[in-house]
Amino acid sequence: MASRRSFVALAILLGIASVSASSFAEDRAIVVASTTSTQDSGLFAYLLPIFKAKTGIEVKVIAQGTGQALDTARRGDADVVFVHAKPQEEKFLAEGHGVKRFDVMYNDFLLIGPKSDPAGVKGKDIAAALRAIAAKDAPFISRGDRSGTHAAELALWKEAGVDIAAAKGPWYREIGQGMGAALNTASAMSGYVLSDRGTWISFRNRGDLDIVVEGDMRLFNQYGAMLVNPEKHPSVKKELGQAFVDWLISPEGQAAIAGYQIDGQQLFVPDADKKGS
Amino acid sequence: MRGPLSDLPLVLEGVSLQAGATTILDRICLTIAPGAPTLIVGPNGSGKTSLLRLCMGLAAPTSGRISWGSRTDPTPTRRAFVFQRPVMLRRAAAANVTYALAQAGAPRSQRTVRAAALLGRVGLANRAQRPARLLSGGEQQRLALARALARDPELLLLDEPTANLDPAATRAVEEIVLAAAQSGIKIVMASHDLGQVRRLAGEVLFLARGRLCERAGTSDFLDHPSTPEARAFLRGDLVI
Amino acid sequence: MIRPILTACCVLDRKKAKVGSQSRKTITEEGLHLLARRLAVACYSIGTMPDHLSALQLILTGDPALIAIVRLSLGVSFAAVVLAAAIGMPIGALLALTKFPGRTILVVLLNAMMGLPPVVVGLALYLLLSRSGPLGDLGILFTPTAMVVAQTVLILPIIAALTRQTVEDLWVEYRDELSAMNVAAVGRMTTLLWDARFSLLTALLAGFGRAAAEVGAVMIVGGNIDGFTRTMTTAVALETSKGNLPLAMGLGAVLILIVLAINAIAWGTGVWSQRLTG
Repeated sequence: MASRRSFVALAILLGIASVSASSFAEDRAIVVASTTSTQDSGLFAYLLPIFKAKTGIEVKVIAQGTGQALDTARRGDADVVFVHAKPQEEKFLAEGHGVKRFDVMYNDFLLIGPKSDPAGVKGKDIAAALRAIAAKDAPFISRGDRSGTHAAELALWKEAGVDIAAAKGPWYREIGQGMGAALNTASAMSGYVLSDRGTWISFRNRGDLDIVVEGDMRLFNQYGAMLVNPEKHPSVKKELGQAFVDWLISPEGQAAIAGYQIDGQQLFVPDADKKGS
Repeated sequence: MRGPLSDLPLVLEGVSLQAGATTILDRICLTIAPGAPTLIVGPNGSGKTSLLRLCMGLAAPTSGRISWGSRTDPTPTRRAFVFQRPVMLRRAAAANVTYALAQAGAPRSQRTVRAAALLGRVGLANRAQRPARLLSGGEQQRLALARALARDPELLLLDEPTANLDPAATRAVEEIVLAAAQSGIKIVMASHDLGQVRRLAGEVLFLARGRLCERAGTSDFLDHPSTPEARAFLRGDLVI
Repeated sequence: MIRPILTACCVLDRKKAKVGSQSRKTITEEGLHLLARRLAVACYSIGTMPDHLSALQLILTGDPALIAIVRLSLGVSFAAVVLAAAIGMPIGALLALTKFPGRTILVVLLNAMMGLPPVVVGLALYLLLSRSGPLGDLGILFTPTAMVVAQTVLILPIIAALTRQTVEDLWVEYRDELSAMNVAAVGRMTTLLWDARFSLLTALLAGFGRAAAEVGAVMIVGGNIDGFTRTMTTAVALETSKGNLPLAMGLGAVLILIVLAINAIAWGTGVWSQRLTG
């Protein structure tokens, strides 16, 4: 009888102890809602330990698409947002959910496609390439998840003069998932996909995919960071969150961003101007 | 805890038990008072088990009235039951007995000592720590007796407890039952074995087709049965 | 920069632990010592697992991120089983032993809830625990606590339904004896639950299996935060989406082996106990 009771008590204690140990750092920690491209490229794994070593603040990153990240912040579940879709970010700001928006870094998008290039887009500019894909009904993978990349993709279809809502058919696959998943799908289906350079460089399952269009000015991809407005969401950790934003745009943070490389390639270019909007 | 309430005399007035259209017991009128052991005999299906269960309070009669010491509340206060096939709790023999003691309201400090005494009384002292389910059939039945005696009963009901036991085990059980009877416990026991009846009974209740046919002292019943059914039964004929 | 530090730590630890060329038997003991030391290290969580190493290499070098992930997975699922058992077993026993109007509907409902979609449970909890939701002030969204709650909700029906069936079957056998011993309602529940412990162990293992295997609920309420709420299953999902398929598969294999080991140990203990107590 007694041994049975103590066994149950021990079991419960073990259960609680094993999970509580993981949440001990609650006091100096913030939640950052960011994008799958910053996570999948490995930027945070590189950046955050540097920040923590300097300030002792633990940064917990929820990686979702830009749209979902901003929604998470709208619900007050994040302290900082770090995303890459300026129109959506400015809307967020206008709604009063953010304090101030700062440019942090940029990279570019790439059009990725099979080496066999069935739509013949290699060498074209991005608008012409997209028109060719639509015309030839070549398989194209879309993020379909209101992310920064998805927003950019839709803007580019518009730029190319293709009414994608009307033109899409079985060749246009909206998967509603992150960048890595989109690349996996493109690799499996030998299709085209718009990706950011960071995720592409660190992506390992390329199959027969390769870059088919790059360098077009319209493929510019700007990242911005905002502190979530503590007046609207009192649970936001104001000082800690601001410390993170400040560090990102500080010369140190910017140098750290520039220092992140894979196989000798720099993934993101820092471009903070400290003025913010 | 357990006050001076008594379960005796046990009185059945016009008790009938129906199951759908079948009559299992038919207007039984019976009084059980302290005294020598009462054995219930009768052919299979005569209602022995059902009668015992009603006497214990495990089932309610369809009509009629049962009272225990002039109370009609069926909660067993000072009576216990031993089933034909006992169910052992999945723990040691001694733990089975302490369980029964706990359920009967014995104070925690006394349980171990009383359990040991009860095990000694049924001859299982050397089996105290053995898992009850690993005991032999006879040992399990003796353990069931220890559990029943743990309730300090005035009335002990047994339903053919030795039906599945070999002669040695049967004798062990009968010795315990006799000792209990001699210590003042009223025994009411169903039996299929006329030899057992001769060995244990002070009086006999004979049931046939759900009716209480005859009630007499042991030697009177066995040697001079008064009803034709009883005579047929004792001859070894099938009583249908 | 992180990877050389990780490798250096591993080499240093290996020297300290003298794992090196020791035989398999002592590696288990040394492994336990390593685990204990790494507990502190894992809490500071250096970062994601180096993805150029295979899962096997990560295991052999005792990669702290991997150990933290395994520890969290097992801890969350184990805690969920304990909680679900504490709540679900009494419910199951109660359902088995008491008759009341609407009991049949409740039993059918409970059985149906065994098939609750994890991702839906995760979403529902997310809406409850969000800062803008009714339970937002608890502040447990994106923490292991929320993951434990989610998994408890998922496996509670399994444990309760299986308990109900087991206790109901056992009640048929025990009913007469327990009634004759005048056992009260609560006593019946505890007695039957204890006597049915070997069958209930299977129910617990079923619950644990479901908890350890699911990814949808813990992903949504946990956020798959590196070093905090990343479990084996969410790590597999992440590495898959990063294209690290061999690593993902390796992690999956590790998870399966761990769950297999737990089941084997539990089963063995059960069989051995049963042989002792009959």
